[in-house]
Amino acid sequence: MIEVPLANPPTETVTPLLEVRLLRKGFGSKQVLRDVNFTVPRGGIVSILGRSGTGKSVLLRCIVGLHDADSGDIFFHGINVSEPGQRIQLRNASSYVFQHNALFDSATVLENMLLPLQAQGILPAEQQRDKAMELLRRMELEDASNRFPAELSGGMQKRLAVARALVTDPKVVFFDEPTAGLDPIRRNAVFEMIARLQKERGFTAVVVTHDVQEAIIVSSKIVWLDEGYVLFTGSAQEFASHPEPKFSQFRDNLEALRQSLR
Amino acid sequence: MVVSALGKIATDSVAALGRLTCFCLRAFANIASGGTLPSRIVRNTYEIGVRCLPVICIVAVFTGLVLGLQGHYVLSRFGASGMLGTLVSLSLCRELAPVLAAIMMAGQAGTALAAELGIQRSTEQIDAFELMGISAEGYLVGPRLVVACFVFPVLTALFVLVGVSGGWLSGCVLLHQDANGYWAAIHEAIKPSDIFECLLKALVFGILTIALCSFQGFHSHLSGEAGARSVSVATVRGVVFSSIAILAADYLITAFLL
Repeated sequence: MIEVPLANPPTETVTPLLEVRLLRKGFGSKQVLRDVNFTVPRGGIVSILGRSGTGKSVLLRCIVGLHDADSGDIFFHGINVSEPGQRIQLRNASSYVFQHNALFDSATVLENMLLPLQAQGILPAEQQRDKAMELLRRMELEDASNRFPAELSGGMQKRLAVARALVTDPKVVFFDEPTAGLDPIRRNAVFEMIARLQKERGFTAVVVTHDVQEAIIVSSKIVWLDEGYVLFTGSAQEFASHPEPKFSQFRDNLEALRQSLR
Repeated sequence: MVVSALGKIATDSVAALGRLTCFCLRAFANIASGGTLPSRIVRNTYEIGVRCLPVICIVAVFTGLVLGLQGHYVLSRFGASGMLGTLVSLSLCRELAPVLAAIMMAGQAGTALAAELGIQRSTEQIDAFELMGISAEGYLVGPRLVVACFVFPVLTALFVLVGVSGGWLSGCVLLHQDANGYWAAIHEAIKPSDIFECLLKALVFGILTIALCSFQGFHSHLSGEAGARSVSVATVRGVVFSSIAILAADYLITAFLL
């Protein structure tokens, strides 16, 4: 089990940082999201859990605008960012860590870090470089700044993807299955990194994951998605003790395996 | 039934042409998105231009050798072997150099471009650009279209020079034709309008090749295939469509200019 303190409890505000209302999305005849509703409070880590194929990643992609939802609204700071022309409000204040990192393979580590800053266009070139190098130093990637992503180990690539997402100081960071395909040690390291950086930098993290145990430890709020519906929203503590069999199956999956082998 | 099918093909073609045009316009309009434009121009000049140099030279020299050989035997039948320089230079300048150079570059730079963009699409790199607020079309495609505007004409001109040298090698060195007469015929035959036609064709073929290959790679996720298969489909479509477009545009430009 990873040893990180519980994430900062979310700050109670009248308007949540992010609110998803009655979101629907289908592909052809397959309905993936059905009237999804939930809120993301400011600060803390919100984990979106559920079985494979229940639409967790599609939900995240709808929120950031990589998929167009069929219906429903997404509010960011009370502004409906699903309306035309308003999506930029969320994009300017958020970052996205892709499941397979989506690092630019024809650019060096430093160039990967500089691109979001160049797109933002706020800092002069020298300060952009300093800021990128400072974050690389903190992520222990300074020595790799002139290497290409393909020359990095899997763990280093993940750290670079997270560093690139944080370099613009976003208010909210979306993580799409950040631990997919990693061994338990690396998985813990990634969750530890997300929790530590969230505490240090104060952003709101929205994490799509299958790792229930880790999510319970680091999250301030859990959203459970099942067959396109939101089955549960609440605190990690509430989720941990919830009697719903679907949750306990996930929480006690090792025991379930042991039972099935008897 | 047939009319309806033909009508659908026609409307689909016009729609595809419209999408391609909008894609290119967005790429040009957002070319500065993400900054570092000069370094992207230099990098793509190397990728499209310098990397294609060997294949262009090899194809050009063999084309010239064959033209010199065939020209010598065909013209000798009519007692016009002194026209070899005219035949080689005009064939190359007006037709063969622009078409062959463009097809070779579609085969090398075009396939590489379609595959690279297809992989960037399937590994979500293009989505990452969009989420950062960088126009992926402008950043990835815009500089390549600009580079195509000068690299294709330059490499086509090189093709002509190497090709006429190949013609000299087979006609004059191997088959003992008069070298002075060969070069004098070239000097006399080539008019500014021939050079204009050659460079115009190279420019149009360059833009068509890069635009079509980029479009296919960029939209590989819409090909109906997924993963590696989508990349291979995009690459094949890119090179096939651009080769057909080159030949069709060649006919149209030739018909217009003659």
